[in-house]
Amino acid sequence: MIKQKIVLRFPPHIVEQPTIYHLIKDFDLMVNILRADINPKKEGRLMMELSGSEANYQRAVEWLNEQGLQILNLEQQIIWRSDLCTHCGACTVICPTEALMFERPDMKVRFSEEKCIVCELCLRACPARAMETLVENANFQ
Amino acid sequence: MKVNRSIEEINRKIKSGKAVVLTAEEIIGVVEEKGTVKAAEEVDVVTTGTFGPMCSSGVFLNLGHPQPRIKLGEVYLNDVAAYAGIAAVDLYLGATALPPTDPTNLKHPGDFIYGGGHVIEDLVAGKEIRLEASSYGTDCYPLKKIETSFRLDEINEAVLYNPRNAYQNYNVAVNLGDKTIYTYMGILKPKMGNANYSSAGQLSPLFNDPLLKTIGMGTRIFLGGGIGYVAWHGTQHNPSASRDQKGLPEGPAATLALTGDLKQMQPRWLRGLSYLGYGATMQVGVGIPIPILNEEIMGYCAVRDEDIKAPVVDYEKGYPQRESGNLGLVSYADLKSGSISVQGKKVPTASLSSYAGAREIAATLKEWIAKGHFTLTEPAIKLPSADAGISLKPMPQRDPDKGEGTL
Ligand code: SF4
Ligand code: SF4
Repeated sequence: MIKQKIVLRFPPHIVEQPTIYHLIKDFDLMVNILRADINPKKEGRLMMELSGSEANYQRAVEWLNEQGLQILNLEQQIIWRSDLCTHCGACTVICPTEALMFERPDMKVRFSEEKCIVCELCLRACPARAMETLVENANFQ
Repeated sequence: MKVNRSIEEINRKIKSGKAVVLTAEEIIGVVEEKGTVKAAEEVDVVTTGTFGPMCSSGVFLNLGHPQPRIKLGEVYLNDVAAYAGIAAVDLYLGATALPPTDPTNLKHPGDFIYGGGHVIEDLVAGKEIRLEASSYGTDCYPLKKIETSFRLDEINEAVLYNPRNAYQNYNVAVNLGDKTIYTYMGILKPKMGNANYSSAGQLSPLFNDPLLKTIGMGTRIFLGGGIGYVAWHGTQHNPSASRDQKGLPEGPAATLALTGDLKQMQPRWLRGLSYLGYGATMQVGVGIPIPILNEEIMGYCAVRDEDIKAPVVDYEKGYPQRESGNLGLVSYADLKSGSISVQGKKVPTASLSSYAGAREIAATLKEWIAKGHFTLTEPAIKLPSADAGISLKPMPQRDPDKGEGTL
């Protein structure tokens, strides 16, 4: 069994293909979609958690690559700049998954990458703008 | 009083490296264990701290004269508008000032990515600041336009002057409406989805000297990572707000105007902030030492989060419409626990002021004093306190052509 959070980037000509259907049907993977969007240039971005057997997962990744899809590691999409964070805590009630949380009694904010679903709500909610995203994500809009 | 100590005495101890200094957090346990008299006998100074967004902040600059001279009119620093309605090359740059090109809330909620607070942070960090200015030209100041850049160390003066800082208590903001709102108290989710507060509570300067018995004009303090002074009471100073038996106000009360030489401050403690849908502002680090003159002062410094209450206020209608009343009082101990109960509903809390920052400031000030680098000052005058009979005035609203009593 393997469980992996990934981001798929679709070029415009693939956006309308039933990719998820194939992942489930042909590779017997469980798909949990965290976030999906398409920008005005018709490029697609899909963030999801895949689980299934190691072999099936590897075959699926190869197939996705052959389709011309870009696969990125979800856990590195959001960056917490600890040097810019003031530990105010404003983000802790905005983050839906407790990836950003207060550690008590220290009252310091901690970012747990593995809990992040890349909803990007913290990017604008952080007054000190200590939450950043990769350039590809910023350019996605 | 059983203990009587003067500031002079404390300073002698500081200079000989013998002063006993504790932070406002550390003193709580000592007083609980030993009582106020014994604690007052042993401890000379208690240090406080706060690191929160403080919109009423800004800096006076004197840029020096160019050749030929100019009387600055319209001025932009890194595109952010500064105020030049004073002498030729003097300016005031406020923390919430924006570039005229900022889209503000045209597309709501606006980002307010760079404002006056960010310019001040960049200035303190030693970065190059771009100046663009124009003027009408006079016989003595012929230049009409200038574009140049400068760094903090190249200009004559840079004096932080914050008309209102270190609020003694503040509202806890919630949203009773059914849409998310974007306020200076942060993002408030609908139907009381969260409650935001902004005070360091037991570490906050004015909770440790609630009746302003030691803090006055001229009190030397930690300001923005350097040394500053209390200049006056702050704007909207409301010391006569309702208080409990211990003298702790149950809502926004006293405030301080603070000043200091920006050139010795640090960017870490003067941070430009962008509040989604509200605007730009600045997070300011402030720490004030409380001289333990007697056991009464020590009693005030022993204040705990459990004892301090703040009012829960609706920011959807109550605050903007200036309706009076609140949704009840909650303690800072509850606020810091992560959730409060408001009218029977459990509401998650978040802070805008950094408690970790406040702690670090109080510890830094403690170290400065303990090492003998920082001595205390006797205030030149006292600030108006609870007995001053001050009441906050709303803005007069009337037909300006007809005068009082018309609308
Ligand atoms: S809102 Fe930003 S500065 Fe405040 S704790 Fe979260 S990440 Fe840090
Ligand atoms: S992107 Fe979303 S889930 Fe990830 S830390 Fe930010 S708010 Fe939390």
